[in-house]
Amino acid sequence: MPYWLRVLAFSMELPGVLNVAHGEFIMLGAMATYSLYIAFGINPLISLSICGPILFVIGFLIHRVLFGRLRRLATSIEMFEGNSILVTFGLLFLIQSVALLVWGPDLRGYSFLDSSVDLLGAKFAANRLVALLSAALIASSLYFFLVHTRIGKAIRGAAQDTTGAQVVGINIHWMYRLCFALGAALAGLAGGLMSMMFPVSPVMGFPYTIIAIIVVTLGGLGDIMGSLVGGLVLGMIASIMMYVEPSLSMLVYYLLFMFVLLVKPKGILRK
Amino acid sequence: MNIVGSSPKRSFAVLFFLILILILLVIMPHHVAPYYTWIVTSIFMYTALTVSWATFSGPTGYISLASAGFVGAGMYVTVVLGGKLPLPLIIMFGGLTSLLLAVLVGLSSLRLKGIFFAVFTLGLSEALKYLVSWGEFHIGGSWGTFVIPLDYITCFYIMLIIMIMTLLTSYVIRRSKFGLGLRSIGQEEEAANHVGINTNATKIITFAITSFWMGAVGATMATQLTYINSDIAFDVLYSFTPVLMALVGGIGQIYGWVLGSVLLTIVAELLTTQFPYFYSLIFAVLIISTLLFFPTGLIGIVTKWQKGNLVN
Repeated sequence: MPYWLRVLAFSMELPGVLNVAHGEFIMLGAMATYSLYIAFGINPLISLSICGPILFVIGFLIHRVLFGRLRRLATSIEMFEGNSILVTFGLLFLIQSVALLVWGPDLRGYSFLDSSVDLLGAKFAANRLVALLSAALIASSLYFFLVHTRIGKAIRGAAQDTTGAQVVGINIHWMYRLCFALGAALAGLAGGLMSMMFPVSPVMGFPYTIIAIIVVTLGGLGDIMGSLVGGLVLGMIASIMMYVEPSLSMLVYYLLFMFVLLVKPKGILRK
Repeated sequence: MNIVGSSPKRSFAVLFFLILILILLVIMPHHVAPYYTWIVTSIFMYTALTVSWATFSGPTGYISLASAGFVGAGMYVTVVLGGKLPLPLIIMFGGLTSLLLAVLVGLSSLRLKGIFFAVFTLGLSEALKYLVSWGEFHIGGSWGTFVIPLDYITCFYIMLIIMIMTLLTSYVIRRSKFGLGLRSIGQEEEAANHVGINTNATKIITFAITSFWMGAVGATMATQLTYINSDIAFDVLYSFTPVLMALVGGIGQIYGWVLGSVLLTIVAELLTTQFPYFYSLIFAVLIISTLLFFPTGLIGIVTKWQKGNLVN
């Protein structure tokens, strides 16, 4: 289970902006995968390769339309940041309302690979294994992309030092746009994977946004290794809470979040 | 303060106008259909929330999203104490609970800025929501409680009083050294500190005072809702709507905030009755267009128009 949290985390922290609507992208991926399966019988795993690019494009356009204009309008960094959060909040409602109009508020689910599999003596549901493997695959491809390709290095450079990156000729705005789009795509993939295991509905997005924010804060904004660790930590805590007292899960996440913000705002890995 | 000029004649005119409105409002419930009274009560409520929020978050630039936490706290005070204590006392306790909460939040978030502050306050409201929800279930045995309702006319007057108090508080704070301190913090906090302004005290005190009224609003509002659970009480909309209203109206001036809240409450009411399915969609479009096309709010547009350059 922590693996998809990791994917979530990556998708969240890449852009330079806090995206409160992030969970809605996850929801879109989930609902789209559901619809494709129910309407056309498309294998969810194949849906992933459809939803991913579509959400990439959507994310790209959204960033271009919204944040491009905000950047031009804002007179200071703080104003831009503040307005960005508010704009993403508007985006949250926008996407959620449209989704509610299209799909209705009910929980939808479908069964895919529901059979259980024996692995090392313990029983697992096949779909969870597949999801786990897919998530691991996505996460490692992302890692590879970020570390070994030119664009990936450019992204990391932009995240580490915006001025320095610009000096060496990296177009920061393009990086942000790319990251946002990438984030949206990853979120969609995560949502698609989730739809295989859990029932989904248009209102499922917000808690995931919170979780993503928490993971990113744990890891430190802009620090990719940090988000990885953050995702794992949160995943472990999630499992513990599920066993001890499930209804308190969200509360514990929040407490952890607030604790990190206060004690180590740069993330648990930073010294 | 652009529209209100500095001449005494103009100030008197404005004062006279305000008193006239006040008189009209006071006699209104007895002459008008209950529905309109209820809408105006909503207007009072959102104005109180918006003005309270903006008094702190406007000048300092610290966007607080904890409003839902304060309103919810006030609501639950009514839930717990309803019927056991006279109403004014309950409302006061609602405000005080909020105030204590604000002090705690303020103290713990002193080192946080910008996005972090916003996210922290949001997280706090949400955490409180889950805490209360868990508490309700394990201590009370079920989710949600019923509240003893209050007749809408009394509520109208109470909300009117709260709104007036909020406006007065905001006005006094802005005019005082606190107001100046807040604006200095907003522009350059380090410099404000060096000049001798106790930024921590200023921030916390203002935050606490403004949250008192949010709690009072929550406590009063609870009597109208009859059924309360933690999702309703700590609804995240209570955090974001004041922000939107202040933005649409114009973030700089008190009358901007009032304009925004009055306008948006009416618009919201029209939307929910005319297009219930499209309500949040239209709201979302409104938020986004405001931020993209007129971030200085309606007052900003009016000011630009007065100065003769409406085009950016």
